[in-house]
Amino acid sequence: MIALEFPEINSILVWKDIFPGFNKIALIAVLATVISSAIFLLAIRQSHKEAPKGVRNLAEVIVEFIEDSVVMQTMGKDGLAWTPFLLTLFMFIYLCNVPGIIPFLQMPATARMAVPLFLSLLIWVVFNATGIKHQGVIGYFKSVLFPPGVPKALYILVTPIELISTLLVRPFSLAVRLFANMLAGHILLVTFALLSEALFQAKDKILIPVGILPFFMLVFLTSFEVLVAFLQAYIFAMLAAVYIGSAAHPEH
Amino acid sequence: MEAITQLVAAAEPIVKDANSTGAGLTALGAGLAYGFAAIGPALGIGNIVGKSVEAMARQPEAAGMVRTTMFLGIAFTEALALIGFVVFILLKFA
Repeated sequence: MIALEFPEINSILVWKDIFPGFNKIALIAVLATVISSAIFLLAIRQSHKEAPKGVRNLAEVIVEFIEDSVVMQTMGKDGLAWTPFLLTLFMFIYLCNVPGIIPFLQMPATARMAVPLFLSLLIWVVFNATGIKHQGVIGYFKSVLFPPGVPKALYILVTPIELISTLLVRPFSLAVRLFANMLAGHILLVTFALLSEALFQAKDKILIPVGILPFFMLVFLTSFEVLVAFLQAYIFAMLAAVYIGSAAHPEH
Repeated sequence: MEAITQLVAAAEPIVKDANSTGAGLTALGAGLAYGFAAIGPALGIGNIVGKSVEAMARQPEAAGMVRTTMFLGIAFTEALALIGFVVFILLKFA
């Protein structure tokens, strides 16, 4: 039949240095930063009094999307000051995810743990700092560890759970969600690409038409990854907004 | 992090020898780990989306809010399945 062997996992995730200390992951992250900065720097050069055209349209659509479906839905009007932060986060993650399906790049930068890990640690620092700024050190930890409206005896159970879920599980799950989603998509694409390649080049002539099946799956999964790249960036920004909002206003 | 390193170190001598019984058991465990981890989140996400569609059909004007909450719920539930996937990767490849 066909000799198909999945490659060593490192051969699809670890890339050679382009120059010392700078590999494809770093290149994608730098490109994401440059492109997202360029969009908004070009957009801001146009006068806001005229009808927007060109790149300003794009920038306005993105800002409105973040305001309407991330900030307003989770933090309300008070949270609008957080729009620039969440916008930067969303653009960076989205532009790091999308290279997973762009030919020749073919690697989401977020499929390596370093990028999601540091983003989620950043969110951890930001939401804790927001909570401490708005409620003071004692007030913040009191509202996190002793949520109001719980019978006193239950605090034995609730406090350790809240401690673990707020301070440990939140950053961990935030990082793992983004990382594992992008890694799973990348591995799926590799698997189906290898399978269709092996079938198209099979010695047995009867196997060659069968290769169309995994190839269709590959096309379908590629378009699915377009959705996943957007959805993961959206969910990351939204969870960041929820965490920051709940730290700023504990009663919600 | 240390626990993961130890887990990887424990799995390493088994995985190195590709044809041993240990390697087979590791592969079996990896597959089962992901399979079992997917059961709960599958039921959970099905429930979340089903109920959300019901709510949106009943009250179309609240669709935006329901959708946001639905995505949040999916994100929290899905994390469990993804941790199972990470365990699979660690067992299979690390």
